[in-house]
Amino acid sequence: MSTANTKKFEPLQHHFANLNQQYECASLGMWLFLVTEILFFGGIFLAYTIYREMYPDAFAAGSHHLSILLGCINTAVLISSSFTMVMAVHTARLGKKHATTWFLLLTLILGCVFLGIKAVEYTEKFTHHLVPNNTFHFEGFDGPGIRIFYSIYFALTGLHALHMVIGAVILVIIMIQNMQGRFSAEYNSPIDMFGLYWHFVDIVWIFLFPLLYLLGRHA
Amino acid sequence: MESKKNYLTNGHTVGSWLLTIDHKRIGILYLLSVTAFFMLGGFFALLLRLELLTPRGDLFTSDIYNRIFTMHGVAMVFFFMIPAIPAAIGNFVLPIMVGAKDLAFPRINLLSWYLYIIGAALAFVSIVMGGVDTGWTFYTPYSSTYSTSAVTSAALGVFIAGFSSILTGLNFIVTVHKMRAPGMTWFRLPLFVWAHYATSLIMILGTPVIAVTVLLVFLERAFGFGFFDPRLGGDPVLFQHLFWFYSHPAVYIMILPSMGVISELVAAFTKKRPFGYEFIAGSSLAIALLGFFVWGHHMFVSSQSMYAGIVFSIITFLVGVPSAVKIFNWLATFYKGSITFETPMIYVLGFFGLFMVGGLTGLFLAIMAIDVHVHDTYFVVAHFHYIMVGGTVMGYLGGLHYWWPKMSGKMYNEALGRIAAIGIFLGFNLTFFPQFIAGYLGMPRRYHIYAEEFQIFNILSTGGAMVLGLSFIIPIFNMLWSLKFGKDAPANPWNAKGLEWTIPSPPTTHNFETTPIVTEEAYAYAPHDKGGH
Repeated sequence: MSTANTKKFEPLQHHFANLNQQYECASLGMWLFLVTEILFFGGIFLAYTIYREMYPDAFAAGSHHLSILLGCINTAVLISSSFTMVMAVHTARLGKKHATTWFLLLTLILGCVFLGIKAVEYTEKFTHHLVPNNTFHFEGFDGPGIRIFYSIYFALTGLHALHMVIGAVILVIIMIQNMQGRFSAEYNSPIDMFGLYWHFVDIVWIFLFPLLYLLGRHA
Repeated sequence: MESKKNYLTNGHTVGSWLLTIDHKRIGILYLLSVTAFFMLGGFFALLLRLELLTPRGDLFTSDIYNRIFTMHGVAMVFFFMIPAIPAAIGNFVLPIMVGAKDLAFPRINLLSWYLYIIGAALAFVSIVMGGVDTGWTFYTPYSSTYSTSAVTSAALGVFIAGFSSILTGLNFIVTVHKMRAPGMTWFRLPLFVWAHYATSLIMILGTPVIAVTVLLVFLERAFGFGFFDPRLGGDPVLFQHLFWFYSHPAVYIMILPSMGVISELVAAFTKKRPFGYEFIAGSSLAIALLGFFVWGHHMFVSSQSMYAGIVFSIITFLVGVPSAVKIFNWLATFYKGSITFETPMIYVLGFFGLFMVGGLTGLFLAIMAIDVHVHDTYFVVAHFHYIMVGGTVMGYLGGLHYWWPKMSGKMYNEALGRIAAIGIFLGFNLTFFPQFIAGYLGMPRRYHIYAEEFQIFNILSTGGAMVLGLSFIIPIFNMLWSLKFGKDAPANPWNAKGLEWTIPSPPTTHNFETTPIVTEEAYAYAPHDKGGH
């Protein structure tokens, strides 16, 4: 580590007056980014709302076919990962480097478990021709709207999973940075900001799960 | 101190430009890129006008003509007008205006330029692959199912360029909130900053929706997902709702920054604080807000309910209020001002004339009964060109001339600048005014074969387009000329107020030697500076 690249990491960027201003910028920027994310998902949620209204039976049949068990497990996994993420932010603020590393690692593991279970669900859809392309075939319900349900299912859960994958990559990066000692009780905003992102992705799932898996099951 | 490097001389390698995080250099990168797309879009416009000289299809088949007007629209809307003022001029001057060393997120700023370039490259690929024939609106199910043209790459290009716009807006909002110099209160901000703040709100609230909409079209087209395809029970009108939810506010992304420029120019060339500063500032926010609730006026002849149409119609009328507030306040500023007519001021006057015509015909179109009559005619084409070209391009060119000495450190040729400004105004009117008449008489848009009775209007229009095209070349020549032969610009060539005029031309990399402390209102021109005559 004592080779050419020994330049010490300077947390304060050149154009900020102090760390507080830098933190406030990062924080506001992150919240605004999450606003754009809400609107991004919002377009598909709108499509969901309209088509659910148009084709309630198709949507009920479609959601009946989704595995409520796997969905429940994944919801629990994701909420747990949000908890470990909160703990990572908390310990980072206290300057407890090792604890932070462990909590970030736990968050990463839980995120990967979620993606693994999601992959199992997707595989099942592929084998049963429930992927909305020209080979799409759904047993037990014949009519318009069922392929739309699965299109929305894949669009929403796919985008959500993509956000999880991006999150996992960033997690690895900040975990390494944390182990290198970049963060301290004074400077830990990347962990803080990433926490906001991770919770957002979690909350999206909290909406997806009932909308796709639960609503209309008993209709 | 004189040997101190400015931002242009601080590094001469290609890498020092392509990896720069200096907002001024990124602004220049944007300036070059949007100019390239302006010329590309202009080239397509030229082809359209040549074809329309005669009522027959002389030059192109219908299919090729469809592609040409689509590429004209895509290049101009997504790759020129939306980024032009915010990303090129705004990037350069906004941080200086608030007294900051840079935008809040310099690296994200550079990322946004790269996203723009990637999006632009994809759009260019679709041109090379033969172009897109859906119209710039990408209406489904034609775009998602039937068109055999290069829709996928163009849609992806628009998708990616959208994120460039989002990041620019996000950067501006955070910068205005958190990076203002001591003493720079909200009501001391230049009106340019207020206008860009309002624009940025639209960028971050609207752009994600077009992004996801285009993504859905892409999924439907590439993988067979069903969202808008009627064969699967989908509703193509949903696409129109989602599309216009962004694309109407996008018009305000184009016009609001231009209004910000006009506010600066009016103040600088009347040497007065704009009349009703607070109202001009607030009207920008009002336009941004109202802009989100008028999208349905693009859909009066779709299956949209009549009652929804009435509401959209009324709200559309309301947009006229803050727009008129701006116009009247600018005009009131002229009263007892010491007015001078440098090139930027000529563009201001041009803006007034063209924006008024564009805005008032917008009210015609907001009336449902009239809209049914002129829908999809040249009346609409003329209307939105008056707003977009008359509004955006006049502000863009006016602002570019105004801040060019600051950007380049050189003065352009004043006489040439004025000739171009007048030529653009005349050429523009000759091009588009006849289209109002042709459209009102019933000439439909997007056809290259038309009834012979409309030929006279099209000849006038094509003639005007030649004047317009030639006049657009003059500023490009003038700017390049100034780099080599122009006089060195002083720090404040216009004797204007504003932090950007307190630092050298061109500025140093960090803008300010020491953080400025603001002690006076914006536009604090001396009250005794009256009349001039």
